[in-house]
Amino acid sequence: MGTDGRALRRFLRNPSAWLGLLVMAGVLLMAATAGLFYPGDPQGMVAKPYLWPGQDPAFPLGTDNFGRDVTAGVFHGARVSLWIGVVSAAICLTIGTLVGAIGGYFGGWTDDLLTRLTEAVQTMPSFLFLIVLVAIFQPTLATITLGIGLVSWPTVARLVRAEFRRLRGQDFVLAARSLGFPHWRIIFQEILPNALPPLIVTTSVIVASAILTESALAFLGLGDPNVLSWGMMIGNGRAVIRTAWYLSAVPGALIVLTVLAVNLLGEALNDAANPRLGN
Amino acid sequence: MSLRLLPVFVRALVRSLPTVVIIVVFNFFLLNMAPGDAADVLAAESGAATAETMAATRARLGLDLPLLDQFLNYVSGLAHLDLGFSAKFGVPVLEVILGRLPNTLLLMVTALVFALLVGIGAGFLMALRAGSLLDRAISVIALFFYSIPSFWGALMLIVIFSVQLGWLPSSGYQTIGFEGSGLELALDMARYLVLPALSLSLFFIAIYARLTRASMLEVYGQDYVRTAVAKGLPPGRIALRHVLRNALVPVTTVAGIHFGILLGGAIVTETVFAWPGLGSLALQAVLARDFAVLLGILLLSSVLVIVINIATDLLHAWLDPRVEVS
Repeated sequence: MGTDGRALRRFLRNPSAWLGLLVMAGVLLMAATAGLFYPGDPQGMVAKPYLWPGQDPAFPLGTDNFGRDVTAGVFHGARVSLWIGVVSAAICLTIGTLVGAIGGYFGGWTDDLLTRLTEAVQTMPSFLFLIVLVAIFQPTLATITLGIGLVSWPTVARLVRAEFRRLRGQDFVLAARSLGFPHWRIIFQEILPNALPPLIVTTSVIVASAILTESALAFLGLGDPNVLSWGMMIGNGRAVIRTAWYLSAVPGALIVLTVLAVNLLGEALNDAANPRLGN
Repeated sequence: MSLRLLPVFVRALVRSLPTVVIIVVFNFFLLNMAPGDAADVLAAESGAATAETMAATRARLGLDLPLLDQFLNYVSGLAHLDLGFSAKFGVPVLEVILGRLPNTLLLMVTALVFALLVGIGAGFLMALRAGSLLDRAISVIALFFYSIPSFWGALMLIVIFSVQLGWLPSSGYQTIGFEGSGLELALDMARYLVLPALSLSLFFIAIYARLTRASMLEVYGQDYVRTAVAKGLPPGRIALRHVLRNALVPVTTVAGIHFGILLGGAIVTETVFAWPGLGSLALQAVLARDFAVLLGILLLSSVLVIVINIATDLLHAWLDPRVEVS
């Protein structure tokens, strides 16, 4: 369609989009090559502790209080952040879309019930709720990923529900109904594609907040102890913040860069979709 | 409260009832999923227990009853403000939580007020000069604040202001053994409050700046603003009295959700600064596997969110006479 082509061109003309894509490509490259450049356990002790960044060319980002290579750590940590950003967001979008679509499409008591459930989950402070879930069901990467998806879907559900309520009375839906299409087909093939555009922008917010949430959990020591992540590295560096602040600064700067890139992409998508709001 | 607001209040109250029910059921369910029960807690307290005494304790506490009866006991306990007993602190859960609540509220309110002042101010400037260099510069800063994990911001503030410059303390809530009262004590505590509140507010400064900007630009397009311009009112007066005032309404609609996010931020911020509030209590409870306290905090903070949502509804009805009983 012509409008999509124009939106894509607007997106590609936006410098924020390029900056976001560039940083994301960098993080992706780190995650992809972590096993290649640093095949061993990133938690292994490989050198003298407290090497500052630049002090030894073999360890460009230095070593920590146990002599672990910070560069190897941040490469492996990129994997966790990307995993969380993609999988948690996918879980969140799936649950939110299903709940919102079913409620918005069918209306009536189904909608009432689902709306109450959405409101209840949204009312519980999500980070606290996540901590409770992780504390009860043991902190592994799988439970954390699932947990982040489970506490963050209400935003998506509300958005999708509103779109479905707006669209379900329109002519193309009535046409599909009168042709005798089954409900699931009307929901997923007719209405959902039209409800997606506002969801695309929200996705960037969800990915960004999933990455931030995981890092906070790992920082508090509530992450998966067997998986090295950026948040965990900051948590480890915290004890020596006065003497070796680079141990916290480096992985934190990577989190900021990654989340910033996701947000820049989201902004660029938003500007491309709604060109009038930008100016 | 005027008479007009009473129906609004009743409606908001009725609307939040199902939410309360779902959250209470959820809490009971989670409490049952958690390893260990109140009998284990009491056994740990006394230091010794046999299988017989454990069974007797369970029978006394009603833990051997069918799940439905246990649930009814739980609800009747809640109705009497009984949230259970803390294994770690050896006192009722409510007592532990209420002891920490004021510190958290102080931190959150300070951060929120600061974020509102700076954020709305920044958003106001952005909207006034939309498209300018200033607008772009502030929006880049806002996007940066929006992307910083609050705990990392907190650590970097400590590195700068406590370690390098030595201006502000990096942990605690008042100088240990501080002799003094009144203003002196308040000033001493304020010094400890600056860094935690600042690191907690960065994210919200970004949110309020963007919300205010977007909301003001929307209001600028409305007819009554055009009328004000046509009347020849000075632009500054239009911006402040006509646009900003009405643009602030959407900023308040999300107060309840923001309270939840703020509390999440407080958990990490309090831990970084050893600030004795609900957040650091939640983490202590996790580490001690004290689920009664942990779920008590979840329940109580959810109730607080509901109270804030009702208060927001009332505020809107008060601000906007068009909000009527349907």
